[in-house]
Amino acid sequence: MTYSYFPGCTLKTKAKDLDDFGKKSAEALGITLEEVQDWQCCGAVYPLAADEIATKLSSVRALAYAKEKSQPLVTICSACHHVIKRVNNDMQSKEDIRTRVNNYLGLDEAYNGETEVIHYLEMLRDKIGFDELKKKVVNPLKGRKIAAYYGCMLLRPNKEMQFDDPENPTIMEDFIRAIGAEPILYAFRNECCGGYMTMNDKALASKMADKVVNSAKIKGAGEIITACPLCLYNLKENSKGDLPVYYFTELLAEALGVK
Amino acid sequence: MSEDIIAISGINPRQCMKCGKCSATCPAFEEMDIHPHQFASMVVEGRIDELLASESIWKCLSCFACVERCPRSVEPAKLIEAVRVSVLRERGGSFLSPDEIPAKLDPELPSQAIAAAFRKYRK
Ligand code: SF4
Ligand code: SF4
Repeated sequence: MTYSYFPGCTLKTKAKDLDDFGKKSAEALGITLEEVQDWQCCGAVYPLAADEIATKLSSVRALAYAKEKSQPLVTICSACHHVIKRVNNDMQSKEDIRTRVNNYLGLDEAYNGETEVIHYLEMLRDKIGFDELKKKVVNPLKGRKIAAYYGCMLLRPNKEMQFDDPENPTIMEDFIRAIGAEPILYAFRNECCGGYMTMNDKALASKMADKVVNSAKIKGAGEIITACPLCLYNLKENSKGDLPVYYFTELLAEALGVK
Repeated sequence: MSEDIIAISGINPRQCMKCGKCSATCPAFEEMDIHPHQFASMVVEGRIDELLASESIWKCLSCFACVERCPRSVEPAKLIEAVRVSVLRERGGSFLSPDEIPAKLDPELPSQAIAAAFRKYRK
């Protein structure tokens, strides 16, 4: 299978591991991720104001590219996924946005939200299957107690993201089981890490990161995994809890023997 | 002015039943001077100037907890966003200037944080 792939700004800079291990693991699973040509930054936060158009254009360009290739569009970063998926929903369901964006872009063929947007974890669950993944694991991470950190962007708002149960998700725990480790459930796995507040109010950001890390620690986790570079930064740099935090793709690559 | 906030947010604040769920779940609650549930009634009452001057619009994390958990689809984050962009769309209304960025950088900070902050704090 070949999918279009949107890496995003941070996977080309600070989060190279998230990208590298994601691509290597996909290869080991028989999937080719074809990077969208000339992709532009998604903007990192979804433009919530109902009247904004310009801030949605970069997502639509990537979506239209994947449509031309007749491929689903795979994302890895939680923020890119959130932005692109919601912009795609807008293109499907909001007539005024669809019209104005298409008028502006002047594509050969109007884009109406045709592309299927899937996060890498959804690709593992829905396209490959965790049972299949399990069969391909050569180096099961036995004995490791791993806390899945979902954060906000993958889950909410559920009526748009349709990723998993927003209050009691299981996809990352199922992933952890598939690579041979033990998932640790804890209270703050779907509460905010502090996000971009690290730029504006470090004290608030630290308070939130601490809550997440301590909540995982109390339950006996030895490490945390995330799909988001900003979550990883906040949980590592803004918390005094000192649990190691990894990208889920790094552990996947380890389990598949391609790290 | 209330009409502007309603148009930008796409939200009908009159649907709020003042259950307080949004404020109860908000991780920035303690840092806010006006709390998420108050945004709905204050927009209805036309108290927009107070909202425009509120610290809360710079403290909201867009974590969408209040969006997910509001039983009446009022989704206060969207009202907060509408007030915030109203400030930014005024000329000179920026909250963060590029000159302030270098002092905030550290070697591990992902570019995602800067992209997000510019989206939230600048026009
Ligand atoms: S989106 Fe903003 S207002 Fe709503 S719960 Fe999160 S921080 Fe609070
Ligand atoms: S959760 Fe919704 S209905 Fe309840 S107070 Fe907040 S905005 Fe109003």
